[in-house]
Amino acid sequence: MPQTSEPAGEPILEVSGLVKHYPLTQGILFKKQIGAVKAVDGVDFTLRQGETLGIVGESGCGKSTVAKMLVNLERPTAGAIKYKGEDITKLSGRALKAVRRNIQMVFQDPYTSLNPRMTVGDIIGEPYEIHPEVAPKGDRRKRVQDLLDVVGLNPEYINRYPHQFSGGQRQRIGIARGLALRPEIIVADEPVSALDVSVQAQVVNLLDGLQSEFDLSYVFIAHDLSIVRHISDRVGVMYLGRVVEIGSDTEIYDHPTHPYTQALLSAVPVPDPSARDRRERIILHGDVPSPADPPSGCPFRTRCWKAQERCAREVPLLVVPEAFRGAEGPAVHPSSCHFAEEMQVVPSE
Amino acid sequence: MPQTETQPQPRSTTAEPLLDVRDLHVEFRTRDGVAKAVNGVNYTVHAGETLAVLGESGSGKSVTAQAVMGILDVPPGRIAGGEILFKGRDLLKLKEDERRKVRGAEMAMIFQDALSALNPVLSVGEQLGEMFVVHKGMSRKDAKARAVELMDRVRIPAAKERVGQYPHQFSGGMRQRIMIAMALALEPDLIIADEPTTALDVTVQAQVMELLADLQRELHMGLILITHDLGVVADVADTIAVMYAGRIVERAPVHEIYKAPAHPYTKGLLESIPRLDQKGHELYAIKGLPPNLMNIPPGCAFHPRCPMAQDVCRSVVPPLAEVTGVPGNRRSACHFWKETLDAADQ
Amino acid sequence: MPESQQPDGAIAGTGAGGAMDLATGEATTLEKTPGGPEGTGPQGKPRSLWSDAWHDLRRNPVFLVSGAIILFLVIISIWPQLIASGNPLECHLSKAQQGSQPGHPFGFDGQGCDVYTRTVHGARNSVTVGVCATLGVALLGSALGGLAGFFGGFWDGLLSRITDIFFAIPVILGGLVLLSVVTSNTVWPVVGFIVLLGWPQIARIARGAVITAKQNDYVQAARALGASNSRLLLRHIAPNAVAPVIVVATIALGTFIALEATLSYLGVGLKPPAVSWGIDISAASPYIRNAPHMLLWPAGALAITVLAFIMLGDAVRDALDPKLR
Repeated sequence: MPQTSEPAGEPILEVSGLVKHYPLTQGILFKKQIGAVKAVDGVDFTLRQGETLGIVGESGCGKSTVAKMLVNLERPTAGAIKYKGEDITKLSGRALKAVRRNIQMVFQDPYTSLNPRMTVGDIIGEPYEIHPEVAPKGDRRKRVQDLLDVVGLNPEYINRYPHQFSGGQRQRIGIARGLALRPEIIVADEPVSALDVSVQAQVVNLLDGLQSEFDLSYVFIAHDLSIVRHISDRVGVMYLGRVVEIGSDTEIYDHPTHPYTQALLSAVPVPDPSARDRRERIILHGDVPSPADPPSGCPFRTRCWKAQERCAREVPLLVVPEAFRGAEGPAVHPSSCHFAEEMQVVPSE
Repeated sequence: MPQTETQPQPRSTTAEPLLDVRDLHVEFRTRDGVAKAVNGVNYTVHAGETLAVLGESGSGKSVTAQAVMGILDVPPGRIAGGEILFKGRDLLKLKEDERRKVRGAEMAMIFQDALSALNPVLSVGEQLGEMFVVHKGMSRKDAKARAVELMDRVRIPAAKERVGQYPHQFSGGMRQRIMIAMALALEPDLIIADEPTTALDVTVQAQVMELLADLQRELHMGLILITHDLGVVADVADTIAVMYAGRIVERAPVHEIYKAPAHPYTKGLLESIPRLDQKGHELYAIKGLPPNLMNIPPGCAFHPRCPMAQDVCRSVVPPLAEVTGVPGNRRSACHFWKETLDAADQ
Repeated sequence: MPESQQPDGAIAGTGAGGAMDLATGEATTLEKTPGGPEGTGPQGKPRSLWSDAWHDLRRNPVFLVSGAIILFLVIISIWPQLIASGNPLECHLSKAQQGSQPGHPFGFDGQGCDVYTRTVHGARNSVTVGVCATLGVALLGSALGGLAGFFGGFWDGLLSRITDIFFAIPVILGGLVLLSVVTSNTVWPVVGFIVLLGWPQIARIARGAVITAKQNDYVQAARALGASNSRLLLRHIAPNAVAPVIVVATIALGTFIALEATLSYLGVGLKPPAVSWGIDISAASPYIRNAPHMLLWPAGALAITVLAFIMLGDAVRDALDPKLR
C-alpha cells in the first residue's frame, strides 16, 4: 500500500474560497440577471506533491465544475487556486499557458473527448504544437509513439482514428495526451465511469502505475466511492457546491462524522450478499435541492435526520467539529456539521 | 430479514416456472456482417424470484430481455432460434396482437433512462391513467384516481398535487418511480428492469432499489434485473446469471457465486472491482477486451482473456454444465469449473 | 509500487500481456478496415485528416465523375468557343421553335436562336452566378454564424435577430426593389443580391453546428492544453461542423441558378442580350407543350450541374468523416 510509507509532500495546489456562480439571465438581446446557479459555493482543499486527492459527490454537487476551474476551463467567480504559491486564476496569456503545461486533465467520456477527425498521432501530438518549446519538431513523432507505449497501446497505431478503438483504449489515448507535456498534476474527472467493469480495473491500474513512474499528483473526481477509496490518499466529500468532509481515506471511510458522508457510504452497494444483512442502510429522503436556490445554513439540512433549528441559521464551517476538539484519533478531521459524531457504516472485514 | 421465508430459494423442482427461455438465439444484421448478440441462452424465472442478469456492454443481456419483451428492433434484429415460454405458452409463436396483450398486462419493463421513456408533453397522471383507459376501458376520471393511487404506492410524496405535472418537473429518482408505477399499473406477473438505477445517484439508487424489491415481494412477481453492477446484484438478487458474448457462462444462487465463483470470468469480475470495505493493493484486471460479436472466438468465447485457458478451450464450446459438490443449484460453462472453484477456496 | 505494472500484463506497455491486449484489440475493433489506410504500413508517413480525405477522394468514383463534370463546365464557361463556335445572339425568326437539324442538334428557340450555342454560352453566366453566390453565401454565412456560435453572448444575440429580419424579406420583392436601381449588365449585382439574402440561412446552420461541436469534450481538452481560439475553431470545431454547411450549400447552388432565372424573367436580373440558362428556361417555359426541346436542353444542363455539385459535396463530406472509411 503506497499510503502508509508515503511522507506528506509539499503542497502543490492550494484551493481557497473557490466559488462559481452561473448567472441565470432573461432577455433576448440585452440580458438581465435574475439569479444564479451556485455550482460551487466555497471550496477549500490542498493537494500535496505525489498524493491523490479524491473528490466524491453526487451529480450536481459541483465536483466537475471544480475540476474545470483547476485546469482553467472556467474562471472562478471568487477564490484562489494557488499552484506553488501563485494564484493561477488571475493569469492570462503566456503565463497561463505556462501553468497549463503543468496541470492537465483526463476527461470522463472517451467517446467525446477525442476529436473524431484527428488521427491518434495528431491528438497526442497536439500538445507539442501548442507548446512547441517542449519538443523540437523532428522529435515529436517519436515522443508520441513513446507515449502510446507508456499507456499500453501499440505505437504503430499512430495513424488511426479514435473510432477504431474501444472505450478503454480511447481512454488510454486521452491519458497519453494528458501526459504529453509531462505535467505535475493531473485532474481526472470520472475517468473510468464510462468504461466496462473489466476495463475499469485496467485503467485504474494504469493511472496508479503512471503516478509513481512520473511522480504525478492526482485530483481524482468520481461518484463511485469504491474506486475513490481504492486510488486516493485523501478524500473530500462534496454536497451542493461545498466540501462537507475531508480527510484521509481511513478517516472518511471508516470514521465518517458528517451525516451526508455516512448516508452516502451506507448507500453504496457492496458486492457481497452476506453483507446485506450486516449493514444498516441510511436511506435519505427527498432530493438534492436546486443549486439555484440552496437552503439557508447547512446545505444538507433538508435531508438530514439530525437537523435542528441551528442548522437553518448557521452555516457549519469545514473545521474539526467542536465535539472532537482536543481529542485524537481518526475521527478528528474537518467535517462541516454542527452535530458531527462518528458512525461506522462500512462493514469491516 | 423477515421476508426470507417468502423467497423462493428452496423451491421444488416441479413448480412451473413463470418464464422459461430456451436456447434463444438473436442476430443483428449490420453493414459489416452478422453480429451474434445472443447465442443459446437458457434461463427460468419463478414467481417471486429475482433473477439478476449480469454482464458488460455487448454481453447480450439487454437483447435477451428485449426478445422476451417482444420489443426487439426487427430488422436489423432477428430471433434466429429458441423458445420463450411464458406461463407455458411460447411467446414467439403468438401473433403480434396477442403478443401486445401480454406486453404491459402480464409482463412490463422498466428502462434505464426514465426521462426519454416518458412522453414530455403529457402529464404523468395522463400517462399512468392511459394504461387503465387502454387496457381496462376505465373512464378518464377513474383512471386518474388510479394514477394517484399508483403514485402513492411508489412513495411519491404529495401524489394528489403532483399528478398533473409533467415529467421534466420531477427529479431523476422520482421519474424512475413513475416508470415503476407504470410497469406495475396492470399488476403484471413479470417485470424486467434494464439497469433501473444506473442513471441515478447512489443515495437515490438505494431508495429506488429498495422500493422495487419491496413491491416485488408484496406482489409476488418475477423480476429480471439486468445490470452490470455487482454491488446492486448482491443486494437484491436471488439468482445470478452471468452473461458473456451472448451466452450464460455461470448461474448460481447469489450467496454461492460471491463466495466461490465457478467460472473464471465471474471470478475476474469480482476481483476487478474495488470495494468500499477494502483498501486493496492493485486491482486484478481481466486482460484484453470483450469480443467482437461479428467474430466470436471459437471454443469458449472467453479463452483469449482467460488465465486458465488450455487447448480444449480454443476448440470446444463448454456446455452450461451442472456444478456438483457445492450447495445450491449451480451451473458453469467452463471446462475447468472444478479447478476454478478450488482456486477460489484457497 | 514497482511491481504494479507487470502481473497480469494487460497494462504494461512493453510486457507480453500488453501485446495480448493489443492483439485482442486488433481482432475486435480494427478488423473492419481491411486494407485502407493501415494497409500502407505502420511506419509510413504521418497522416492528417486532409491528406487522408484526399487519399480517399482520389479513389471515390462519385468524386471523380462529379469532378470531371465540374471541370468540363468550368472549361466551357471560360472558352465556350471550344465546342460551340456559333454566335448565341445570331437568330433567325424564320426558324423559331424548329427542332433538331444538321448543324443545330438542339434545335432553335422562340426567337430562332440556336439552342445548342445558347446552352453552351449560357453556362458562363449560370455557373458564375451559382458558384460565386454559393461561395459568397457559404463563406460569409459560416464565418458570421460560426463566430457568433463560438463566442456567444451579445454578438450571437445580435446575429440571431439580424437573421430573423432577413428571413422576413420576400426574395422576389427584395430583388425587384434592390436590383431595379442597378444598371450594370453583368452577373455581379445578381450575385451580390443573392449573397445578401442567402447568408442568414447558412449562418444559422453554421451557428448550430458550431455550438454542437463546441460542447464536445475534445474542444475543452484542447482548451485545457492552452490552444488559442483560432486553433480551436480551425482545427477542432470547423472540421466537425462543416458537414451540414456543405450539404445545404450544394443544394442551394441549384436554387441560386434558378433564382437568377426568375430575376432575369422579371427583368431585374441579367438583361438581354446576356445569355444564361435561367433566361432561356424562363423564355421557353410557355412553349413546353409544342416545343419541349427549347426547355429541355438548358434545364437539363442546369440539372446536371446541380447534381454534379451535390455529388461533389457528398463526396467531400464523407471523405472528411473518418468513421465512414
